[in-house]
Amino acid sequence: MLGNLFANYYEAVSIILFGIGFTTLLLNRNMIKKIMGLNIMDTAIYLFLAAKGYIYGRKVPIVSGTVPEPENYINPIPSGLVLTGIVVSVSVTAVMLSLTIRLYRRYKTLDIDEITRLVKEEK
Amino acid sequence: MKPRSDYEHSLWRRLVRFVDGETLEDVEKRAEELQEKSAKSQVEADIRSEQILEEEEDEEDKDNREEKENRKRELEKAHEKEAAAMLEKYKNWPKEHGVKIFGRLYAVMAVVLCLIIIVTLLVTVSYLPEFGQPDNPNNNEVVRRYNADGLEETGATNAVAGMILDYRAFDTLGESHVLFVAACCVMILLRLELTKDGKPTDKKRASEENDRLYEPKNDKILQGSAKILVPVIILFGIYVILNGHLSPGGGFSGGAIIGAGLILYLNAFGFEKTTRIMNRKNYAVISVVPLLFYAMAKGYSFFTGANHLESGIPKGTPGAILSAGLILPLNICVGIVVACTMYNFYTLFRKGGM
Amino acid sequence: MEILEFILLSFLVVCAVSVALSKNLLTSIVIFMSYSVIMSIIWMALESPDLAITEAAVGAGVTSVLFYITLKKIHAMKGEEDDEAEE
Repeated sequence: MLGNLFANYYEAVSIILFGIGFTTLLLNRNMIKKIMGLNIMDTAIYLFLAAKGYIYGRKVPIVSGTVPEPENYINPIPSGLVLTGIVVSVSVTAVMLSLTIRLYRRYKTLDIDEITRLVKEEK
Repeated sequence: MKPRSDYEHSLWRRLVRFVDGETLEDVEKRAEELQEKSAKSQVEADIRSEQILEEEEDEEDKDNREEKENRKRELEKAHEKEAAAMLEKYKNWPKEHGVKIFGRLYAVMAVVLCLIIIVTLLVTVSYLPEFGQPDNPNNNEVVRRYNADGLEETGATNAVAGMILDYRAFDTLGESHVLFVAACCVMILLRLELTKDGKPTDKKRASEENDRLYEPKNDKILQGSAKILVPVIILFGIYVILNGHLSPGGGFSGGAIIGAGLILYLNAFGFEKTTRIMNRKNYAVISVVPLLFYAMAKGYSFFTGANHLESGIPKGTPGAILSAGLILPLNICVGIVVACTMYNFYTLFRKGGM
Repeated sequence: MEILEFILLSFLVVCAVSVALSKNLLTSIVIFMSYSVIMSIIWMALESPDLAITEAAVGAGVTSVLFYITLKKIHAMKGEEDDEAEE
């Protein structure tokens, strides 16, 4: 049953990282910690994708001579997808952090429960 | 709604007290107190019943009887007061302890949920095809095509650059727009405006004072190292962008490196020097023109490609710096957009504007 | 090479757990930065140098700088002041 679990150690570690990030996201009441948890989840997914593209004994898909040798290259598609994802995750982080700054300016706290309580009191 | 008389003894109350952090000794002490209390009330009840019996015995003694009735009323009142206090406690319970218990329950449930997710996904991973084998289903004909014909079709020796800027260029266009939109969102959220006659508002001035709260101005060590490092960093960023189709790198990484160099320069020398080049007008021009050029160039390329026309853009010899058709200019566009966006994020976070 | 990969992956897990558990925000940001650097070495081990460069510049550089500047804005960098107060 656990046949490929230890052979797929990259995927297994990425799943564990995903779980850790998710737990951080759920359990911490601090907004910045939550954003960090989301970032860890991001990188876990990227690790999973990149691990799917790797092939033992093969090299980067960069042609060194003039003739390509397709049987010597790894899968370039996950690299392209993850490259896109990393930059998008930065912009998402920036937007979330700016929202955090705005919330702090208004409520003077980072605790999400406290903010919810203050919002309810305002109504 | 009346609380039960043995409410304090009930299993639920004991559990609640345990969750609230009472130690065993506290619990025992409380149990003893409660027993004493109940014993006392038992004694009182006994006295009362005896009194009643006595009352029955000497009916004629009216004064004594009134006194006893008074005492009885007082006892009843005390009982009512106790019940009211208990009811109050019962009503306040969710405010005082309910939130705490809910928080702990939430934590436990969250951990359990995460563990369930991890275990489920790990079981899925154990059924995935083995890591790093060339005959895995994700290494299909698309990958073979990219690896075999990529050099001929795109002219880029780096297959990843050829993929993201030629085969899947629309994806990258959308991503550059994601960056641009994110910069706009941050600008909406954090920008502090000037007043109409161009002077900074009170908020902006306060933010600028706040800006220097934790760092020294004109740090000699920082300035000295920045003088040496910044040109090298920016030069390396430009190298990475220009060689994106030949070697690892490209617009995203090179742009991020240039943005980091600009942030270092800004930290060392302050806003007076950087605002000459990077003010808001220049930022608008610098980030919109590459996006428009990207859209136009790719639109042209898709139009000619879809209608089987000659695009007229030479592929060049693979390996030369001026090769791979549109990939080099598109890399430059993406690099400029990314560098501007990173720098813009930093300035907006720091003092709400360029 | 495989032993190195195992060490790096265990570092990743340790870093992620300590990001979640550390009380000080500044500490957790520094740990998150080192997490990104380890991740960029792992991209090299997975033969994707494009990702390694991008992660080192974006993940370890720009994201951490954004987190730092946020901490500064919300006056959460209390570490130095506390040290001075203790002395």
